[in-house]
Amino acid sequence: MPDQTAHGAGGSAPAAQIRESYMAQTRRKRLYGGVLLAIFIALMISGFMTADSRNAGGFWEGLHQIFDFPAAVLSEAGEKITELPGNLVKYLPALVETLNIAAVATLIGAMGGILLSMLATRGLARWPRLIPLFRRILDVMRAVPDIVIALVLIFVLGGGPVPAMIAIAFHTVGALGKLFSEVNENASLKPVDGLASVGANWSQRMILGVMPQVAPNYLSYALLRFEINIRASAILGFVGAGGLGYELKNAMAWGIGRYDEAAAIFLLLFITIVAVDQIGSVLRDRLTHGRKEELLA
Amino acid sequence: MSLATDPMTASVSAAGLKARADHLFRAKRLRAFALPVLALLYLAYAFFAFDVTGLVERARPENGAILMRDIYSYKTHVERDNRSGEISYAIEGERKGQYPEGTRPEWVTVAGDVTTVAMPQGHELRYYPDHVEYDIPGYGTISARSSARGVDATYPEGPLPDYISAAANRVMVTTDAGRVTITRNRTEVFRYFTGWELFFFTLQSPYHGMGFQELAGHALNGEAGAIWHDFWYNEMWRHADVAWALFETVLMAFLGTFGAAIVALPLAFLAARNFTPLMVVRQAARRLFDLFRGVDALIWTIVLSRAFGPGPMTGALAILLTDTGSFGKLFSEALENVDEKQIEGIRSTGARPVQRYRFGVIPQVTPVLMSQVLYFFESNTRSATVIGAITGGGIGLMLTQAMITQKDWEEVSYYILLVVLMVFAMDAFSGWLRRKLIKGGEGGH
Repeated sequence: MPDQTAHGAGGSAPAAQIRESYMAQTRRKRLYGGVLLAIFIALMISGFMTADSRNAGGFWEGLHQIFDFPAAVLSEAGEKITELPGNLVKYLPALVETLNIAAVATLIGAMGGILLSMLATRGLARWPRLIPLFRRILDVMRAVPDIVIALVLIFVLGGGPVPAMIAIAFHTVGALGKLFSEVNENASLKPVDGLASVGANWSQRMILGVMPQVAPNYLSYALLRFEINIRASAILGFVGAGGLGYELKNAMAWGIGRYDEAAAIFLLLFITIVAVDQIGSVLRDRLTHGRKEELLA
Repeated sequence: MSLATDPMTASVSAAGLKARADHLFRAKRLRAFALPVLALLYLAYAFFAFDVTGLVERARPENGAILMRDIYSYKTHVERDNRSGEISYAIEGERKGQYPEGTRPEWVTVAGDVTTVAMPQGHELRYYPDHVEYDIPGYGTISARSSARGVDATYPEGPLPDYISAAANRVMVTTDAGRVTITRNRTEVFRYFTGWELFFFTLQSPYHGMGFQELAGHALNGEAGAIWHDFWYNEMWRHADVAWALFETVLMAFLGTFGAAIVALPLAFLAARNFTPLMVVRQAARRLFDLFRGVDALIWTIVLSRAFGPGPMTGALAILLTDTGSFGKLFSEALENVDEKQIEGIRSTGARPVQRYRFGVIPQVTPVLMSQVLYFFESNTRSATVIGAITGGGIGLMLTQAMITQKDWEEVSYYILLVVLMVFAMDAFSGWLRRKLIKGGEGGH
């Protein structure tokens, strides 16, 4: 302020100019923002209308029926509430199968992801020139939807948990590989150099030099992926790959009269997902938190 | 050992330290070995739980062979109805791939009442009015006559080679040159060719078989529209439908993701500690998010398709509901991390709550939220393929339909290619947008 008073009248003209240009800039920014918002709203509305017209039943006609089906399921489950524990036990093996599919897929996917992520990280790669190739491989593995692989494998191998497991594992390699390679980039290279200086080969350098640094982060991402994979394995079951999804499809196909079983499956799936979600978030919190304490100690 | 000369306390602590270090190492070593062993044990359990040995027995590798061959090749059927004597030519044996009346492939010749089908490697099949003859180089000529009683075939001297399967009602010869099937009612030849058949034009189109230059010439003569029409509405590959299905899939992901973001943002304020001091409201909002997230997309899809019927709208709503839960959680965490100073600053100018949120909070969280929303958009493009397969919309539906027929594997591989390209394109697009928006966001505020 004293600066301006010192310049007197000479300084007010640029100040006005600056204000003017600032206001113009703000107006322009608002205009752009408004235009973008308008385009976005137009896209949302037209998209909604297109999707609505392509749907078998309209949105507005269906809206009041939305609770019909849950109500039917719940009322039937309520009538046969005594059979609920029996049904829950009956579908427990299917739940175990769904969980197994997810767990094995996560395990195998994490192993593949670790290997590929090391090969795709600058500074760690066994063959530095092939880094772009391994990155592309990870991209492709991530891009192929698991349902595609599952359906192809069901055709060749027949139905069951293995096609779903392979399909999810394939996708997991890509998804985890990318996250792992981001973790790897933050790993210190000093232990690796130290191991290299005593003549360790590549796999020894990776297992002894890198893995201990990144293991907590790996584990945390793998846990998150396990949650996602449970959902994926339930969905793939629905297209014929065994587990809870398959049972759900059968129970749904029977329709009224078997809704109590559908309700039991819904309940199992819901409880499992919520439980894994909660346990996973506690574990992940401890993994990253514990690491911080270690660093502080 | 020099430690022995040190004062008593130091030596004790050094020995204790060593013991502790040893213990730590042992524990670490144990953990380092135990984890892989546990993983291996679990995999061994899964091996039996999944009945892998049974699976190997049940596997049908021949299906895999069919699949692989179909991906890079197609077959043309030459079929004679043995009762009427009529011969028809159709690519993949489909009505859509039928040669128009009076035309036939150039490797089929008709001389009088004898039709000759030339096949690779010197194989040749001749249709006579009352029987067929099939020359196999290095083996001889098979002659077969179909009658009401079955198939009457005579083979060259010697034992039957294993590529011929002969039964009373059906003779089948499968070689690298193609497949010949003779039954009571019809005699069929499959000849294989490399490539994807009729990808651009079907046989009905006048432009079928034209080279690129010829087509360009026609296009310049004002036939561009007709050429495009014949390509776009190709009955075999249905390019227009495929393009629409891809669009529908992206549309599902778009509506679902951004709809969820719009719904979740106000709810996230209710679940954030610093904006909602009221514990009850906060807990209610959080449990609502947990419910939406916990009820899987699969369940939402089933419930919604009961109300709205199959279609893209149902898929979009299923994505919307699931992601409302995820976004609510992520957004409320982002909101809890906002810097209070900026809100304080806005408040000091006498701004009302809405203005404080608009100018103090939204600019801070926008980059974080945008990048999360775009990540979800990307992965939802993939989910929309799967959800489409269940609700019946988009490319997922076409994919499962093509797979269920179990013969149009070239179309399946085409759709897979398109899905992968679509996901790549969405990846690139959302990455570009994320960089653009977040950089712009930081520069602006």
